[in-house]
Amino acid sequence: MTTAISIKNLQKTYANGFEALKGISLEVEQGDFFALLGPNGAGKSTTIGVISTLVNKTSGSVEVFGKNVDTHVYETKLDLGVVPQEVNFSQFEKVRDIVMTQAGYYGMPRQLASERCEKYLRKLGLWEKRSEKSRSLSGGMKRRLMIARALVHEPRLLILDEPTAGVDIELRRSMWEFLTEINKNGTTIILTTHYLEEAEQLCRNIAIIDEGNIIENTSMRKLLAELDSQVFILDTAIEIAADFDLGLENASVRKIDEHSVELLVPGGISINQVFSRFDQLGIKIDSMRNKTNRLEQLFLSKLNDNQN
Amino acid sequence: MNHKYIAFETIVIKEIRRFARIWLQTLVPPAMMIGLYFVIFGNLVGRRIGEMGGYQYMEFIVPGLIMMSVIQNSYSNVVSSFFSHKFQHSIEELLVSPVPNYVILCGFVAGGMARGLGVGIIVTLMSLFFVDLAIQNLAITIAVVLLTSIVFSLAGFINALFANSFDDISIVPTFVLTPLIYLGGVFYSVELLPPFWKFVSGLNPIFYMVNTFRYGILGTSDVDIVWAFLILLLFITLLYICCIVLLRRGTGLRS
Repeated sequence: MTTAISIKNLQKTYANGFEALKGISLEVEQGDFFALLGPNGAGKSTTIGVISTLVNKTSGSVEVFGKNVDTHVYETKLDLGVVPQEVNFSQFEKVRDIVMTQAGYYGMPRQLASERCEKYLRKLGLWEKRSEKSRSLSGGMKRRLMIARALVHEPRLLILDEPTAGVDIELRRSMWEFLTEINKNGTTIILTTHYLEEAEQLCRNIAIIDEGNIIENTSMRKLLAELDSQVFILDTAIEIAADFDLGLENASVRKIDEHSVELLVPGGISINQVFSRFDQLGIKIDSMRNKTNRLEQLFLSKLNDNQN
Repeated sequence: MNHKYIAFETIVIKEIRRFARIWLQTLVPPAMMIGLYFVIFGNLVGRRIGEMGGYQYMEFIVPGLIMMSVIQNSYSNVVSSFFSHKFQHSIEELLVSPVPNYVILCGFVAGGMARGLGVGIIVTLMSLFFVDLAIQNLAITIAVVLLTSIVFSLAGFINALFANSFDDISIVPTFVLTPLIYLGGVFYSVELLPPFWKFVSGLNPIFYMVNTFRYGILGTSDVDIVWAFLILLLFITLLYICCIVLLRRGTGLRS
């Protein structure tokens, strides 16, 4: 399979001496939906900045679809679409003009640019706002506008730096659907986000970056399999006795209130066993949820290991 | 159509749209200011001065005032527009796209020229209310005004690259450009000056631009025209190289 992005020994030290990237190496396959996670200041945005040439690297190399970004500037930039973390379009321009201008920068003839502009503004629910000044848009609309702008030249690789930050749940889910659709249609996506549920739902592979180093780089499935236990909250239909015991070895139960318990299930016990046991005890389960997001649990544990 | 040409055209259209959208800030004030110069210096004061360099004072200052408006507006359009792009981070739209540095530069310079020449035309039309302009050498007039506009658009671009605040984009126009324009022979003939100040005036590049433009319109000049064009071409070459080197390094743009 072709590699969409290949980063080798990438280092970046800023003028103030801060070492943002300490020689990271990373590969993302074509067609992947890849999560690049890390705490604030870990080096995610610097990595994206170097890929998109907004940040000068100190050393190392970056290739996009096998072409070096330093020597094949035109080809690599054509393949790349970037949605930055902060709003970076003119607040005084109209929505349509912003997308059309970007198309012009990519050398697209006016007719094609106009068609693509309409296509993506419609897909992202902004067509009705096309003649409005961008500053009048809500936060979520501004983010969608940046996605439309990044897609107008239909890049093979789309990088999104926290695209759903500050976006409400409904809108976030519609953006997930849209991103899943374009990924299915062949666009490779690299996503940074602080919403770990988002990364878990969307991404197939993941890298965790911390203090300028990649501390984990694997598939989402393998990473989640590393969880040696999960904590669930169960709501029951009947009242739970004060001395309630599930009777499953290694699975501990803590009563939260009369109708809910916190249950720690070790890796060796299946959820089916848990449900069977509740059934045997005549306790009907109304609902069940993870106490914390599974990826969040692992993410924090990895960061903790790295910092220790 | 070539993708570089489309990118260039996009930048130019965007620039023209920007200054046209805020015409009350970009086109009216300079035209009004020069109109006041015509009324006060040219008409009211000028009548008492009489002749300057063999022409009525009003006729003498018109070319200088046109050139002053072209210089100031070419410079300020590029410096304010490019710095605004930096300030709003919308310059990133250009930097992530495959537009070569020279196309970015030429696009902004063309935008600066469009405003500089636009205001120049407005001022020229206004001057017709005060004097009868009979252009003596159209080719020289057009050539010098175009080259001067390029020089100051390039200079404005360099200022914008280094600027970190809105103060930084007003320092050069206020403390460098305005004194050089006023001492560049807009309002007087250099022949009136003592030898030392005449020599100092010779070090001011704007002096050559104003006088060459005056030569194109009136047919007389205090400077050698060939020398003036060489100075203009030298400045354009040096400033262009400087801009390209700074863009390549990412000065003021890339961290």
